[in-house]
Amino acid sequence: MGDEAPPETADAARLRYSGREATDMPLRELLTALERMYPPDRLLTNPAQLAAYESDALTVFKEQAGAVVLSETQSEVVDTVRLCARHGVPFVARGSGTSLSGGSLPVADGVVIGLSRLNRILKLDPDDRVAVVEPGVVNLAVSRAAAPHRLYYAPDPSSQSVCTIGGNVAFNSGGAHCLKYGMTSNHVLGMKVVLPDGEVSEMGGASLEGVGPDMTGLFVGSEGLFGIALEITLRLLPIPEVYRTVLAAYHSLEDAGDAVSAVIASGLLPGAMEIMDRLAIRAAEVGAQAGYPPDAAALLIVELEGEADAVDAEFSRLLRVIESSGAYEVRVARDEEERTRIWKGRKSAFSAVGRLAPDYIVQDGVVPRSRLGEALARIEALSRAYDISVANVFHAGDGNLHPLILFDGRTTGALEAAEELAGEILELCIELGGSITGEHGVGMEKRHYMSRMFGRAEMEAMERLRSSIDPMQLANRGKMLPLETTRAPGR
Amino acid sequence: MSPDQARTTSSSSSQVKEIQEAVRRHARVLATGGGSKPALSTPGDDGVVRIDVSPLRGILFYDPEEFTFSAWAGTPVAAVAADLAQNGQHLPFDPPLSAQGATLGGTVAAGANGSGRYRYGGVRDFLIGVRFVDGRGNLLQGGGKVVKNAAGFDFPKLMVGSLGRLGILTELTFKVFPAPRSTASLRADFATLDAGLDAVVRLGRSTFDLEGVDLVATAKGVSLWLRVGGLADTLPGRMERISDFLTDRSEPVRIERFENGEKGVVHWKEMASMEWAPEDGLLVKVPVTPTKVRQVDAAWASQGAIRRYSVGANVAWVAWPGSTRALDDSLADAGLAGVVLRGSSGHPWVGRPTGRRFLERIAAALDPDDKFGAVRSWPTS
Repeated sequence: MGDEAPPETADAARLRYSGREATDMPLRELLTALERMYPPDRLLTNPAQLAAYESDALTVFKEQAGAVVLSETQSEVVDTVRLCARHGVPFVARGSGTSLSGGSLPVADGVVIGLSRLNRILKLDPDDRVAVVEPGVVNLAVSRAAAPHRLYYAPDPSSQSVCTIGGNVAFNSGGAHCLKYGMTSNHVLGMKVVLPDGEVSEMGGASLEGVGPDMTGLFVGSEGLFGIALEITLRLLPIPEVYRTVLAAYHSLEDAGDAVSAVIASGLLPGAMEIMDRLAIRAAEVGAQAGYPPDAAALLIVELEGEADAVDAEFSRLLRVIESSGAYEVRVARDEEERTRIWKGRKSAFSAVGRLAPDYIVQDGVVPRSRLGEALARIEALSRAYDISVANVFHAGDGNLHPLILFDGRTTGALEAAEELAGEILELCIELGGSITGEHGVGMEKRHYMSRMFGRAEMEAMERLRSSIDPMQLANRGKMLPLETTRAPGR
Repeated sequence: MSPDQARTTSSSSSQVKEIQEAVRRHARVLATGGGSKPALSTPGDDGVVRIDVSPLRGILFYDPEEFTFSAWAGTPVAAVAADLAQNGQHLPFDPPLSAQGATLGGTVAAGANGSGRYRYGGVRDFLIGVRFVDGRGNLLQGGGKVVKNAAGFDFPKLMVGSLGRLGILTELTFKVFPAPRSTASLRADFATLDAGLDAVVRLGRSTFDLEGVDLVATAKGVSLWLRVGGLADTLPGRMERISDFLTDRSEPVRIERFENGEKGVVHWKEMASMEWAPEDGLLVKVPVTPTKVRQVDAAWASQGAIRRYSVGANVAWVAWPGSTRALDDSLADAGLAGVVLRGSSGHPWVGRPTGRRFLERIAAALDPDDKFGAVRSWPTS
């Protein structure tokens, strides 16, 4: 495993990435063709319009597209992809632009295909417990539509009120409930996709089971490199009868971490187990007035859900575990309102951190659960060594860390230092046997860490696979796979 | 690690090299394991060289606190299940044919799931990492060792259901779950399949946490089997509520409840062992939905097929008495596809599976010389 070359600094990557390629001529021809397809209000080409699309939620990367089209139908998407292929112009699909890894950053002089108007729920079948949706449907809209049938869509990224299913599919988004229910890929049963040369292919279906290689599973999380999903068949689950949520306050982060291990050891399977540290608690308090215990060094949120009888019995057991774990305050949500408040604080922690510092980087890494304590101690040491504040919010049940690295971008060198610290945290995750991303994807941000996590043979295999599916490398060029290896190695 | 395991492991490393060599040397190869799914381990063409992965066995790593383990692909499922059970854990999808010697690699390659898939998902949802030999003889790793991971292309999922036709699995990493302390089961008999399916659909939208939901077509109608798991003292009350729910609107002919004992697990064991299906005919897995089952069951019954609808009527297990051709036609008519696990079909995939064009591109990258034959054995529409 690993590669000999050290990862390039983010700054060098940004500089190099902004070097324009000589695609102007094909782009002009493409624009002429697109003008025949799209009315002016859905084909954006002037710089002021394009500026709105130059970044996603990872704003350190900026790039100006050659054009943005706002597609309204599947056939418009297919035709646009075909035109891009014909003219050899790269394209990037974009939903709500909430990617935290730069996944929907435009390619210079490429086309951004805006999918947020492709937002129809095409079918909702309560008998078969599936929804068939277009890629621009907002995550939470699926659960809203399913609610009258007492069903819901389980993956719940923090941005679920705005992020789209298409983006969730491309980046295999997670959420707080992955421990029990898995990530996006565990809830996508089938798809109709347009491949990067404009060919349309179907895979999977409406059944929980499949036949043949799980191509749907391969497509999910491929970060747009295999094309664009036009229709996605999602699995729906019955809304649990009850949720029981407990919040426990600790005098140290280690105690909270130990409590997670104790819960796991007790044989319970909580739907969610989240930890926030002191700085994250402060942010949540400022951002959402969650009413968290103000003096806590760490908060642990644990939630059980299911049939009332079963959950009641399990919850008693959970409380015994938590009460003997050194928590100095334990609060049980007595009703839905209290539960919502507990979660609101947690889910707003990311954005609320913005109130503590002008800028911040949301990092996303995974370590084996049993090494969480070690990882947190080392992040704290890094934070001290760099003299940069780091707030920690994480999905403790599955070892998914979200260090929030605070800095002031107006200070010279502050961004670079923050990025260096972020990079060290990723190295730490790899060293401990984890992953460079649990749910945000590789995107622009982490492509230079791919070869730290995967060996040369794996990188070449991924490159070959991408080149076989997209020989011209038009679909989301430059994401996930480092540019150095974009030429498919010979045999 | 015991001395025995250490020996297994070092010999296994050289066996992996042998597999790589064999793939490089031969024009056509087929990986085989425990032989519990003979249709998948019998080469269809002359000139196909079998590569036996079953000597590649042993658990490489298991930390109960991590909820993960890694093992060689030829490790029998039963051996792993025994180790997991000692720590109160399990693979919750009831891996089928483990009593017949199914291996982990064969279970992944066949994409085979049992009744327990209903609640938490199947092999695709629990496999988190793989090592496999591609068509060039390269040993590749995909996924990782942690339960949550979004880095790189998801090779583990791609291998699920691939029948070894995109690569030969050598090492697998799974996540596992805590096993329920106790289970209880219930059988409800209905006069018609439709009534049974109505109950499946109602239960699917109810708040009951069901581990298994199977329908067994019988001469007198259909039997619905349900399984719940959890703390023992909660089970009787939960079963009572489920019984009330079933008799509330629909009208089962009769309901029988089983506690944790032998009688209660007999159905689930029988489903996992496939002993209900005649040894000599075709045994086929067909992905379906409740809606599809309503459309196809009568036709299958009229052909003399024995049908069991598992996983909340998402999987049809069909013991097919007729020819492969007739089965293929029947599936194609219904817009379905299947995989033949037992019986000599010569073609493991039957009916009309989706995704051929995408598969062609994947196979061109992983198996450019067509040694494994994914596309060759994929039905054309």
